[in-house]
Amino acid sequence: MSINLAAEVAPATGAASQAWLLLALPALGAAVLLLAGRRRAQGWGHLLGSATVLGAFVYGLVLFFESTGLSPDQRTQDLLLFEWIPVGSLDVDIALRIDPLSLTFVLLITGVGALIHIYSIGYMGHEREDRSRFFAYLNLFIAAMLLLVLGNGFVTLYFGWEGVGLASYLLIGWYQGRGYAATAAKKAFLMNRVGDVGLALAIFLMFKTMGTTSYAGVFEQIGGQSTAVVVAIGLLLLLGACGKSGQFPLQAWLPDAMAGPTPVSALIHAATMVTAGVYLIARSSPIYSLPQAADARLVVMIVGAFTLLLGCVIGCAYDDFKKVLAYSTVSQIGYMMLAVGLGPAGYAFGILHLLTHGFFKAGLFLGAGSVMHGMNDEGDIRRMGGLWKKMPITFATFALGYLALIGFPFLSGYFSKDEIIYAAFGEEGWRGWVFGGAALLGALLTAFYMTRLLVLVFLGKPRWEGLKSEDGKDYHPHESPSTMTIPMIILAFGSVAAGGILATMLPEWLEPSVGAVAEREGLVSHGMVAVMATVAMVIGAGLAYLLFARGEQPVERPQRVSWPVRAARADLYGNHLNEALFAKPGTWLTRALVFVDNRGVDGLVNGIAAGLGGSSGRLRRTQTGFVRSYALSMLGGSILVIAALLMVRFA
Amino acid sequence: MTSTADSWVLWALLAVPLVGAAVTVALRGNDKTAKLAALAFSVVELVLAGVAWSLYDPAGERLQLGTTLDWIPAFGVHIAWGVDGIALVMIAVIALLVPIVIGAGWADRLPEGRTKGGFFALILLEQALTVGVFAATDVFLFYVLFEIMLIPMYFLIGSYGGANRQYAAVKFFLYSFLGGLIMLASVIAAYSLASDTLGQGTFLWEELVPVVSAAPLTTQIWIFFGFFIAFAVKAPLVPVHTWLPDATAEAPMGVAVLLVGILDKVGTFGFLRFLLPMTPDASKELSWLVLLLAAVGVIYGSLLAAGQSDMKRFVAYVSIAHFGFIALGIFAFSTQSLTGSVTYMVNHSIATGMLILVLGMVIFRGGSARIADYGGMAKLTPVLAGMLLIAGLSSMSLPGTNSFISEFLVLIGSFPNAPVHTIIATVGMVLAALYVLWLYQRIMQGPLRGDAIVGAAGGPGAVVAPEVGARKAIADLSGREKLVLAPLVLLVVALGIFPKPVLDTVEPSVAATMCEAGLVDPVQSDEEQAQC
Amino acid sequence: MTPTYYLLLSALLFTIGAVGVLVRRNAIVVFMCIELMLNAVNLSLVTFARINGSLDGQVMAFFVMVVAAAEVVVGLAIIMSIFRTRRTASVDDANLLKY
Repeated sequence: MSINLAAEVAPATGAASQAWLLLALPALGAAVLLLAGRRRAQGWGHLLGSATVLGAFVYGLVLFFESTGLSPDQRTQDLLLFEWIPVGSLDVDIALRIDPLSLTFVLLITGVGALIHIYSIGYMGHEREDRSRFFAYLNLFIAAMLLLVLGNGFVTLYFGWEGVGLASYLLIGWYQGRGYAATAAKKAFLMNRVGDVGLALAIFLMFKTMGTTSYAGVFEQIGGQSTAVVVAIGLLLLLGACGKSGQFPLQAWLPDAMAGPTPVSALIHAATMVTAGVYLIARSSPIYSLPQAADARLVVMIVGAFTLLLGCVIGCAYDDFKKVLAYSTVSQIGYMMLAVGLGPAGYAFGILHLLTHGFFKAGLFLGAGSVMHGMNDEGDIRRMGGLWKKMPITFATFALGYLALIGFPFLSGYFSKDEIIYAAFGEEGWRGWVFGGAALLGALLTAFYMTRLLVLVFLGKPRWEGLKSEDGKDYHPHESPSTMTIPMIILAFGSVAAGGILATMLPEWLEPSVGAVAEREGLVSHGMVAVMATVAMVIGAGLAYLLFARGEQPVERPQRVSWPVRAARADLYGNHLNEALFAKPGTWLTRALVFVDNRGVDGLVNGIAAGLGGSSGRLRRTQTGFVRSYALSMLGGSILVIAALLMVRFA
Repeated sequence: MTSTADSWVLWALLAVPLVGAAVTVALRGNDKTAKLAALAFSVVELVLAGVAWSLYDPAGERLQLGTTLDWIPAFGVHIAWGVDGIALVMIAVIALLVPIVIGAGWADRLPEGRTKGGFFALILLEQALTVGVFAATDVFLFYVLFEIMLIPMYFLIGSYGGANRQYAAVKFFLYSFLGGLIMLASVIAAYSLASDTLGQGTFLWEELVPVVSAAPLTTQIWIFFGFFIAFAVKAPLVPVHTWLPDATAEAPMGVAVLLVGILDKVGTFGFLRFLLPMTPDASKELSWLVLLLAAVGVIYGSLLAAGQSDMKRFVAYVSIAHFGFIALGIFAFSTQSLTGSVTYMVNHSIATGMLILVLGMVIFRGGSARIADYGGMAKLTPVLAGMLLIAGLSSMSLPGTNSFISEFLVLIGSFPNAPVHTIIATVGMVLAALYVLWLYQRIMQGPLRGDAIVGAAGGPGAVVAPEVGARKAIADLSGREKLVLAPLVLLVVALGIFPKPVLDTVEPSVAATMCEAGLVDPVQSDEEQAQC
Repeated sequence: MTPTYYLLLSALLFTIGAVGVLVRRNAIVVFMCIELMLNAVNLSLVTFARINGSLDGQVMAFFVMVVAAAEVVVGLAIIMSIFRTRRTASVDDANLLKY
């Protein structure tokens, strides 16, 4: 079937031999901005920050075009920078792998990244003093994310993996004064760390069984490993992917992460970082494509399908603008997971959906940011409505992103999502029906909650009139400055056109990285899937329109609602579960251990000391000072000694 | 007497801090000159350590830069110095930390009637003794220095520490001293083994290793326990760890750095220098015990760190968790895990040293070590907050920081031989993130709160807004403090990105230790089998 | 003449001395009782020397006498000074040296 992915690694030549520049530019940007301090960099920090990412994007384009000039089997190139951790048989290098998959990501990251940097210039205009630090963190993120996708082994991937986690932590907790932002940042980092344990253990297992952790080495030897090892590695990698990509059961951090500034949500928590899990599985396609890994792949599919429905259901119930989008992200990444779980039939479409999603979700988030920017940072969609008149550009770009997301025919999402649904129906037996059905149901629900969002924010009556925001100001919605609208317009173009353009070219382009797309006979034909998906979309959107566009919508959230809505509002009890299973027992365990350590372990030591002191105190009392009692004890002692001597003598 | 041309370096490394201590104590009448003298001598020591590093040849003999003189010929006791890669990096860490500690303690408030001169003189004395411990290649000399180095530390804690310092100092002393006495029994046993086998007793490490390692298993186990208990107390491993939180909590911050960063490392250094080569069979036989203590220590220390309400005790428990990692790596018996443990010793000194110093700066500002007395400080002191975060990230072994290299090596090297323990320790990674980020959140993030912060702002009923008042009272890092932390930050990042110089220095000595102990790597590439 | 009688006498004298030390309060009397015990021992030493036909026991007895003489010098001096300061020679009243 596919070409042997491991065997064809060429040393980097041409522009690719300087590919370290990709990492160095944003990394230097971050270092300079952090060292310069906020006062010195106030005037130029945002410009430097944007310029480095733009430079990296241009360099990425150069690499891309150079790569397209090569024949497909020469497109996978390795570039050794330096030896990182060489100890004994373990040899970890800082080295880059430049191949179609990583280049695709490089363009996505630097392209969307650059747009969002530019957008942030306007968005962070209110807090000029700290803006350069914000750009430093963004640059740090870009550098780490590029390392993640460019590294040529699992350890360098892990380096970038934790690096983006750090950047994400710093940016979620950007509003240091708000307690919940700090908590959300910590939660994000911790849940990611849980996933990282999986990734780390996968790396350890690779080293134990194969003696290497580089892609080339692992992919070459993985075929010879036992089923148990392959499945274990597959599941451990999946755990890592679940953490980073907000998949069940580690999804709870992503909605909370919306506490960060909106450009951060767009870049990190929608377009790039959270898709790293999908990248990981696509990158490990030589592992997952093995017949031994079928069980692991099934688990990936189950996780993906379950998460995509979970995200949709919860998304229907939320009233917070960004959290609805966050759950939408959870759900869309579920689609991607499902796709890459399908194996050779789905890798390319998972990546395709990832790219189109990168465009329209980033655009949607920027739209959300634009709305909130004009509405005193208000996030409650019940307090909005009728905003299309006040923010026409935002509305237009948001609507295009919305149409792309719900899979409106011939926009981006239509191509990518339908391919996934089609591929899911292509599984054998019950799996085809279950996964295909789940994906189709997801499409219906997606249309429902997104329509609800659009209607409540932009259409209907302006419910915000006469209300005041939390800080007591009136709402004066207004269109955002051009540094913010231009990136939105560009992304809207992407939402419209990217799917159509990429759908034909991407599978072939990615072939050297993830193998060829496996064609197979599906349960339903391609055309049929398109019809079914469109019908599902129309039903979902129509239902939402009927429910929310007609009549008055209350400004206050209705409290007397049915059980499913209550469950969805409570994140389907995901947080309760975490709380009950980990947080509470952990807290009790910690308290108990502190007690044991103070009273038990240390108590034992202090107890011995106190015991010695106390018994000496008692013994001291026998020293009465009466000479005659000493004499008596001497006498008694002598008698004892003599008795003992006699006993020994005559026994 | 034998010595090599370069052996002067070790003598100088021993002599400079001793002379420095004498000069500093003589100048103690004038704070300023005494401080400058101490700093100057410690910088000279740092330069000397650099010279030693450059003279050391990783591919060369097992012990280098050595001298052997007779001390008590009747008992085969020598004054013998020499370093391998492991001892060398530790000496380098000592030389690095002492000037930083002196810089950090520049403006500390000392208890009534104590002078900076006396304080710094004791620190220099401690430096000389610890260099001696790491450089000693005569087991008896090692034992003597191992015990003597308690004395300056006893006074550093007991005379310059916090309110409960006497209790902490006595506890520290008794724990270490008891452990040391048990070790003495093993030292003597090793000597008598040598006099039985060789016909003439000796304490020289190089001569003892072949003798003791050839002893029957039961004998080895007795000798093992003697050494092990002493080193486990020193390291410290759970359950003989409770002296460390008290000592750290009461010691002045700089002394806490020396205690956690250097003195404790003697324990894990002892595992490598004495247990593995001298009692290889017993080490293998009892590795399950040490691995168990190590894995328990990682989780136990992490959970307790999360449960502490006092910053200094927090650091102590963080260290206990980290020592669990180090012990795990040493007794998982692979080149990677052992190298990881040695680099962990270095990186832990840097990372935890930085953490202690930064927390010391927080405490210096707020006047309290209780975490609950702080909150939202990042607003007032952004640079300090950044430093705390960097130190914390290194403590939780984030890739890109120095500690990641060592923790990764320990775990990946331990996994083949001790998978269960490694998995448990890997869970410790999550807990590490928890305790570090939670501490950071409580001190730095959120709204301004806590007695120390609000108190500095003039109390709850103050006329000015709390933020304005606190901003006046609580300043960000001074130039001196930045200068003190800068080398640490630099090392945290540099050793995280490019650890090769340290790895290359350490690895040959680790390989030699593995050979002495008869250990074979579980994962080997084809070309490097059977190197012994 | 059997040595047994001497030994019995010696044991009797020793017991009287020991009981005297234990039951009497006056320091002088206690002191005398100690002397009595010493001399009882001397008696047995000399007796045993006679039985064994060697002079060792007699030499030992001389040593005891010398020590006893020295002891009397020191002991009486102590008793004198206690009597001077405390106006009593009872050993139960001189119990300052305790715990």
